[in-house]
Amino acid sequence: MIEYWNPLMERMPVDELEKMQEKKLKSLVNYVYQHSDFYKKKFDEAGVKPENIQSLDDLKKLPFTYKSDLRDTYPTGMFCVPNEQLVRFHVSSGTTGKPTVVGYTKNDIQEWNTSLARALTSIGVGRGDVIQVSYGYGLFTGGLGLHYGAEEVGSTVLPTSSGNTEKQLELMQDLGSSVIACTPSYFLFMSEVANQNGISIQNDTNLKAGVFGAEPWSEEMRARIEEATGIKAYDIYGTSELSGPLCTECQFQEGIHIWADQFLIEVIDPATGEQLGDGERGELVITTLAKEALPLIRYRIGDITVINKEPCKCGRTHPRIMRVLGRADDMLIVRGINVFPGQVESVLMTIPEVGEHFMILVDRVNELDTMTIQIEMTDEAFSDKVNDIIDLEKKVQAALKNVLNLAVKVELVEKGTIPRSMGKAKKVIDNRKL
Amino acid sequence: MEEKIIKQISLFAENKPGRLANIASNFRNAGINIRAFTIAEAGDFGIIRMVVDKPDLAHEVLHDAGFTVSETSVLGIEMEDVPGGLGKIADVLGAQSINIDYAYAFVTKTEKALLILRVSDIEGAIKVLNGAGVKLIDMVNIQEI
Repeated sequence: MIEYWNPLMERMPVDELEKMQEKKLKSLVNYVYQHSDFYKKKFDEAGVKPENIQSLDDLKKLPFTYKSDLRDTYPTGMFCVPNEQLVRFHVSSGTTGKPTVVGYTKNDIQEWNTSLARALTSIGVGRGDVIQVSYGYGLFTGGLGLHYGAEEVGSTVLPTSSGNTEKQLELMQDLGSSVIACTPSYFLFMSEVANQNGISIQNDTNLKAGVFGAEPWSEEMRARIEEATGIKAYDIYGTSELSGPLCTECQFQEGIHIWADQFLIEVIDPATGEQLGDGERGELVITTLAKEALPLIRYRIGDITVINKEPCKCGRTHPRIMRVLGRADDMLIVRGINVFPGQVESVLMTIPEVGEHFMILVDRVNELDTMTIQIEMTDEAFSDKVNDIIDLEKKVQAALKNVLNLAVKVELVEKGTIPRSMGKAKKVIDNRKL
Repeated sequence: MEEKIIKQISLFAENKPGRLANIASNFRNAGINIRAFTIAEAGDFGIIRMVVDKPDLAHEVLHDAGFTVSETSVLGIEMEDVPGGLGKIADVLGAQSINIDYAYAFVTKTEKALLILRVSDIEGAIKVLNGAGVKLIDMVNIQEI
């Protein structure tokens, strides 16, 4: 029996959904044109008037919006409502530049909660579940986003935020957490600490599912987490500019359902900006159809993915995006070859002797890019024969070369020496002075 | 036969300053004595191999200190101080197609030369070396050295 939060909406026939999107798109362009000087100027410069947008196909006439637009209009220059209508701010960390501010009206928060309520229901989470929210609370959207989504479906929230891992494990056992929400790297760290303390996630806790996101992770990492801890690991998608964590896979784990009444998605060629067809890999572009305070038109979110409009086994008709393996900005160009950290992770996860923790070091020596992958030695893989270790390095090297088409150096390092992360894991150190 | 197997401590160490000092201070605190010691170095990493008086305790201490460590079964051979002593051992093992993975030697307080060997077939090696009159030492000898 498949449960839905809103069965009529989630199973609406595709042609009706598209009609609804068309109507919402037309009113959206009118709304932003009237309420935002930023968008009015942007449309005028592109020579587009709201009345030029009559169908979903006309979407491509609209100009893109970029993260830099949010920074340039810091703090609230793109907002379409006066500040007194806002009920909350979130602020991005600004690690890659000036922070970006997102404002929410009461309806924006409600739409956000609805999105997560549908998502959590689709993975069988609801009344009777205890959700341990180990995403950071505060300016970051992860903690509070999941918190209200979980309350919306009637689950009990355990708002641990991130950090203090031993306490987290104690509460997980004492209060019977059945679901955990955090970054996949933090969950790995947590299971490591559990092991050290003689706690088995599988046998000593109630945990049945994890909602993992806020950083790219691979299918192979999922297999490893599920096998090691006995839980189901679900991918969640969202970013602060779109409110926060929003959508997850359903129980079938075959792509993330993006609610079509809230978001219009397209995939483009990042170099030319041309729309790509379904099934083609490219950069995700999102138009928000239900946001009031900070609507985004054709927002270049930067994630690389594929759209799948095939109906899902779960009966939901909303389009899916396949696993996001990287951001256009995370892409490294090493000796002219594009490398995503996610690809490296995928390869490493297929080699059983290798641990979960790795670091990519990129440098430039004598005008030549070098890429070194550091991996931790595991107790299981350690042999006291030098050749066995060199063979393991060669095996990893060959597997990486095969996928990346790039010769890399592999360095085994002592366990516990690659920094663990409580939030988003940093997996690349690029020392090139470009 | 069991008692002739010596437990060697092997550990993985990155080739960087301070690693050896860290091991030494852990041993000092736990009252462990090193009898024989060697480092196999291979570029970025090394494998440290040690024969100690309390191998199980040493394993525990190093593991708890976060090292990747294992106990490896090796042989300890008391060498005859005559020309051809090493050749004899190699011949005996070679004749049985037993491979020597690695070896290192040290001299005891009683001025005997001891050879530590890791071989591809430890039980077979014990059998043929005993048969050839080679003197194998055991853990008790190690503690007494």
